[in-house]
Parts: sequence; C-alpha cells; structure tokens
Amino acid sequence: MHEIQTAGILDFGSLERFFQRVLPDSLDRFAFFIAAFTLAFIVINVMVQTTAVYTWFERRVLGRFQGRLGPNRWGPFGMLQPIADLIKLMTKEDMVPKIADRWSFNLAPIILVFPTLLVVAVIPFGPDSFLGRLNIGILFVLGVTSVNTIAIFMAGWGSANKYAMLGAMRGVAMLVSYEVPMALGVVGVLILSGSLAMSDIVIQQNVPFLIVQPLGFLIFIAAASAEMSRTPFDQIEAESELGSGYNTEYSSMKFGMLFLGEFMAPLVTGMIVTTLFLSGTRGFDPIPGQVWFVGKTFAVVFALLWVRATWPRLRVDQIMAFAWKGLFGMALVNIFLIAVEVAVFQDDAGKISTNSLWIMSAINWAIAIGVIVAVANILGQPNLERPTPVPSPLANMYAEAD
Amino acid sequence: MLDDYFRQYALLAIFAAFAVAVPTGMLLMSWMLSIMKIRPQKPSLIKQAIYECGFETLSGRWSQFNFRFYAFALIFVVFDVEVVFLFPWAASFGVMSATFGAFVLLEMVVFVGILVVGWLYAWRKGALEWS
Repeated sequence: MHEIQTAGILDFGSLERFFQRVLPDSLDRFAFFIAAFTLAFIVINVMVQTTAVYTWFERRVLGRFQGRLGPNRWGPFGMLQPIADLIKLMTKEDMVPKIADRWSFNLAPIILVFPTLLVVAVIPFGPDSFLGRLNIGILFVLGVTSVNTIAIFMAGWGSANKYAMLGAMRGVAMLVSYEVPMALGVVGVLILSGSLAMSDIVIQQNVPFLIVQPLGFLIFIAAASAEMSRTPFDQIEAESELGSGYNTEYSSMKFGMLFLGEFMAPLVTGMIVTTLFLSGTRGFDPIPGQVWFVGKTFAVVFALLWVRATWPRLRVDQIMAFAWKGLFGMALVNIFLIAVEVAVFQDDAGKISTNSLWIMSAINWAIAIGVIVAVANILGQPNLERPTPVPSPLANMYAEAD
Repeated sequence: MLDDYFRQYALLAIFAAFAVAVPTGMLLMSWMLSIMKIRPQKPSLIKQAIYECGFETLSGRWSQFNFRFYAFALIFVVFDVEVVFLFPWAASFGVMSATFGAFVLLEMVVFVGILVVGWLYAWRKGALEWS
C-alpha cells in the first residue's frame, strides 16, 4: 500500500487555480471565495443526493434481510422511490400542534440537519484534499456532532407531547452517555497519529488502524451507532414504547428534514470511520483514492445496516450499563495499551516502523478478545439478576375448585 | 502558513452557511407550495391537538421527571472534562514521550487513575444503574 498522487476531483487547490485562470487579473482575490462557494455547493449537494439514494439502498437491503421486496414500484428496482417520497412530503399538509412551542418546534429540523452537513467540511475525500487539513479536524467532528442532542431535545420540548418529551429525555441521556466512549475511542487513534487533522491521520496509517487497534474501532462504531440512534440503540424513537419519540408531532417537510438528518448520519459516520480506522483514501495503485474512499464508506454503511437488521433493540438500562460499565472501561484499557506500546516501540525520533505496527496489532487483537470476553462475563445476560417469579394467587383457582 | 489557516476557517464558515441554507431552503420551498395552494393548509382544532391515544392531554409537558437523568448528566460532565484533558495529551504523546520518557505516561496514569477510582465508587454506589 502506498499513496497515490492523482489530483482530486474535489481538490480545492485545482478549483482555485481554475478560477484564477478564468477570472480577469483584477478579480483574482475573489477566486478563493468563488472556489469555496463552488466546492461547498458541490459537496453539500452530493451529500443530500447521496442520502436520497441511500434511503432507497437501506430500504432495499433491509427488505432483502427480512425476506421481503422493499420499494419496487417506481423506476427500475424502485430507484425513483426517494423522489416519490420527496414529492409526498413536500405536498403534505404541515400540521403544528396548537400548544407547541413554535420557535423550537420549527428550528429543530434545521438544527438537526446542520451539524451532519457541516461535518463533511473536514473529511478528506481525495488523496490531497484541502478539506481534511483543518488542524483541529477530529475535535471539530466530535464537537459539531454533539449539537444534534440539542436539536432532539428542542423537537421533543417544542412538540408539547408527552411521548415526544419522554423520547427526547431518554434520547438526551443516551446521546450524552455515549459521547464519552466515542471521544475516548478516538484517543487511541490520536496517540498513534500524533495529530488532530484528518488528512494527517490518513497519512499515518501505514497499517489501517482497524487492524492495529480493533478495540478502539469497536468502541467507536458502537458509540457512533448509538449517537445516531440506530437500531440496537434506538431508544429515542422506540416505536413500540413511545409512539414515535421526538418526531411524533412532525409532518410534511419538517418530518422530511428529521428523516434527512437521520439517514445522512450513517453516511457521515461511514466517512469518519473510513478516515479514522480504514486508512481513508489509500489503497492499491490502479484505482484512484476517491473510489477507495467511497467503496470503504459503503462497506462500513453496509456493516451498520447488517447490524441494524440483525439485533433487536436493547432495553434502556442495558444501554446505559453498556456505555458506562462496558465501553468506558474498554476505552481506558485501549488508551493505555496503545500508549504503552507507542512508548516501547518508537525510535528516538518518535516514529513507529510498519513492522512494529504489525507486532502491535497481534498483541492488540489478543488483548481485545480477552477484554471483550471479560466485559461479556461481567455485563452479560447470565449474570443479570432476574426476579424470582411469584405465582399469582389466582393461578390454581380452578385446580382447587375441583 | 497563517494564510492557509485563515483560508481553512473561511471555507468552514462558507460550509456552515450552506449547511444552514439547505434545510432552511427546503422548508421554505415547501412553505411556498402552501402559498401557491398546491399544499393543503386547512387547520382545525382536532388536527392541531397533540397526538394522544383518544384522550385530551391533561397536564402540561413539563411534568416531574426522574432524578436519574440528573445523576447521569452529572457523571457525564465529570468524564467529559476528562476527555478534554486527554485529547491534547494524546495528540502530543509520541513527541513528548520521545523527549521525556515514561514520565509523560505516568502523569496521565495518575490523572486517569483518580478518575477511575471515582468511576468504581460510582459503580459500587449504584450511580450507574438505570433504575
């Protein structure tokens, strides 16, 4: 594996040079802004439209997993289904409850979509991307994504509905709990890469960090799927318990926005996981980096879908116990394991050779399996206290009557 | 170098503007449809009532809520502050430990060790139970 030196399609530098050539010399200073606007326009449009395609993909694949067809009426294989959905959502009547808090009710959908779109600004799509070079990259990602906790609470509070309020309260408790293990899972990556910038993290991955620190990867992906409230952790909108949680009162395009935010989250998570753990745009030579990036992202997204199709929803106390007792401890083990290994294996200049990375991975896989077995024994089902069943006094009513 | 720094944040600001503009624009578009009479807009008292299983809701939204939400928020604040301290340490760990040796690691072991004692105490006291 070595780096590919092709110019990116979404490369900011070449866009800016292009505009500098096109514009007359007196307007050169605007080239930056025009290039930035063009780039932001393209990236955000691509994200929104990929999300539309992804909703189709998710429904088809889930249908496949559950032995049914999924959407198949509109277009070949039902591919035009997202357009039909959009038209339906656009032309539906927009109902706002009379006692709703108008401001927070109307602002919540915008605030929910905003962080998911903004995170894309620091992800390196191409091998030499300008976007990923922001020096606080990963801190920015963690900071911005936690904004949607507020959006969910605003939606629940604004709807003035008890189901929505309960869903939002539970959601905030869960999102807040999983933020800690998510950030701790990233710390291992930071120790190895020595930088917060996303493109530096990609450059440091001579061996993908998935192989070097499987524990960190598992923690991050579990916490991330809780952060976007996917099925094993979907306490926020547990349909069977809470109506539909925080989006009970939403209809029309406002519901569409909540829907968009929810379906864009797996894509963005896939991109972040690809960058942090799967060596981002790097791969074998004839295939360009962007293709590697998209392929890896969709592999992660498919894995998340598989998890969603396989596991039932956890109970709320199990979810909280898993975050605070399981993931938190595992994350601390991971951090100090990586730190000790870096201290042992690095040379005088502070660099770690590729061979040492492979040795580290062997040790880490062994320890990861041990830690997972230990956590499963501490928190697992057999050791949960179950109430002893008390027979009802009416149980043998008919037996005594005989 | 400094120029590059400002350009990155300017790009981020433009991205933020777009990220607000896209959802707002889509909501406005759908609102325009109701002005153009394509989207129905016939509110009635029944429609504007909040969703409930056949009853009218009696009390307000801000009913009493369980103490455990507060307890978890408190634990979150403690450990999130820990994360804030871990990040700069982690990012500079490679360079620092090449210069200062095991001291850099021991320092963080002591800091996290104190918090782990607190974590175990919270576990023993049942603060991590959702009940």
